[in-house]
Amino acid sequence: MDNMINVALPKGRLGDIVYEMFEKAGFECPSIKEKNRKLVFENPEAGVRYFWVKPSDVAIYVERGAADIGVVGKDILMEDKTNVYELVDLGVGKCRMAVAGPKGFAYDRDNELRVATKFVNVAREFYASSGTDIDIIHLNGSIELAPILGLSDVIVDLVETGTTLRENNLEVIEEIAQISARLIANKASFKFKTNQIENIMQKLEDIIE
Amino acid sequence: MKINEDIFSNKEKAMFALRQLYASHGFSMYRMSKFEEFELYAANRDFLDSSQIITFTDTDGMLMALKPDVTLSIVKNNRHIGNRIIKLYYNENIYRVSPKTHYFKEIMQVGLECLGKVDDKCISEVLLLAAESLKVLSDEAKLDVSNLDILTQLFASCGFPKETEEQITACISGKNAHSLERVCRSADLGPAKVELLKLLVNTYGRPEEVIPKLEDAFLKNSIFSFEEKEAYAESIGALKKIVEAFQEAGLEDILNIDFSVVSDLKYYNGIIFKGFSAGVPDGILSGGQYDKLMKSMKRTSRAIGFGVYMDSLGKLSKFDDEEVEIDG
Repeated sequence: MDNMINVALPKGRLGDIVYEMFEKAGFECPSIKEKNRKLVFENPEAGVRYFWVKPSDVAIYVERGAADIGVVGKDILMEDKTNVYELVDLGVGKCRMAVAGPKGFAYDRDNELRVATKFVNVAREFYASSGTDIDIIHLNGSIELAPILGLSDVIVDLVETGTTLRENNLEVIEEIAQISARLIANKASFKFKTNQIENIMQKLEDIIE
Repeated sequence: MKINEDIFSNKEKAMFALRQLYASHGFSMYRMSKFEEFELYAANRDFLDSSQIITFTDTDGMLMALKPDVTLSIVKNNRHIGNRIIKLYYNENIYRVSPKTHYFKEIMQVGLECLGKVDDKCISEVLLLAAESLKVLSDEAKLDVSNLDILTQLFASCGFPKETEEQITACISGKNAHSLERVCRSADLGPAKVELLKLLVNTYGRPEEVIPKLEDAFLKNSIFSFEEKEAYAESIGALKKIVEAFQEAGLEDILNIDFSVVSDLKYYNGIIFKGFSAGVPDGILSGGQYDKLMKSMKRTSRAIGFGVYMDSLGKLSKFDDEEVEIDG
């Protein structure tokens, strides 16, 4: 069995921040910073092999065992309900998952609430818990546009600073969850590479503290 | 005519090896129809991983289903158990929606069930057979064992609403200590019990390391009454009996204690377990005691069993090119 730990990192700004954390924790891999088109980077001495994947795919790589561990936003874990261990809250990439709508919007409950979102499962579950009938409009981007153009009444989306909402005359109506990046592990990998994964967990936790 | 063994695929050989293993321990082959009345599954919907079932109307107008599960049929068809243990094994195809593809899939499952006067000896025998099954299938395997009663007892002393219990169970299942703390904080749980719940997340691995930690945390804890400590001692004792049985059988290397193995508290109780093989991303075997299901189906006896997911074995290189030994 390959004793290296395969780490799936999310491409983009969050991935860069997270790699810095791994580096600081002693799991550096200098070749990852070289400008080239390589997809897999490894440092046998540190026992790690990194690969960049689309942020929304990290959990799938880990669940299916292509990666032993990975870093993914809590929003994606909530939406996809992936069968993995969620080991550490890395405390970076912080934002909120929230319901937002036009300023002063009040839902009268006479009509079905139209909700535009990328997070269909989260929205469905959130409104089901309060017994509210909703019409879900699945969008892949520019969610804030939906209530402005009358496509939806409200949106369920990630809110970081709230600037985009304010500039479009929208506001947060209700918070659903606090979001941040999480270290996740494949369940079987955790059984057979326990010490290596615990070592990474421990060193990352030391940095967070 | 003598059948040439080369005609069988390695997966088929593994299936026969498991059947032979169970038969050699006095289990009888149980055969059942491909179909069951849909009502059986409608009445026990939560017991199934998915509520999606393939149904059709039979010629007499009865709504039927392609079996999504074997255990329910075995319990349904064994009404009069009396003061004995019925030991059965099966090799059946079941039809479930794959959580990964969201399409229906035919899954070959091999497993066994014990119904009746299930005692410590019977529980140990079933767990040892689960370990032996893993050894037939994989060169590198682990059997994670938990006692659900410890969590159930802890929940009883916390007095959480069902929704909070479900959230905490999900955190324990996901080894998610950070979210567990948040849930406990919002439920206003005292620090001593938060620590105990966190212990169930953070304590796993070799029994000789885990059991003393459990004994210290639960049996020497001043927050519990004498009766509560007695109940925890019994639950930890059940785990210790399994450890002893594995030591006697020389199988202790395969055994881990891990509370992230959880099952629906409505149907399962006591010892539950999950088997893993290196190279297969999810478990290849799962099982446990299901006395509560028996009770919900108006049976007075106890039960334990497990199933092996033969479809997941394709991911093991052993099933590509190597032979599986049949003589066991």
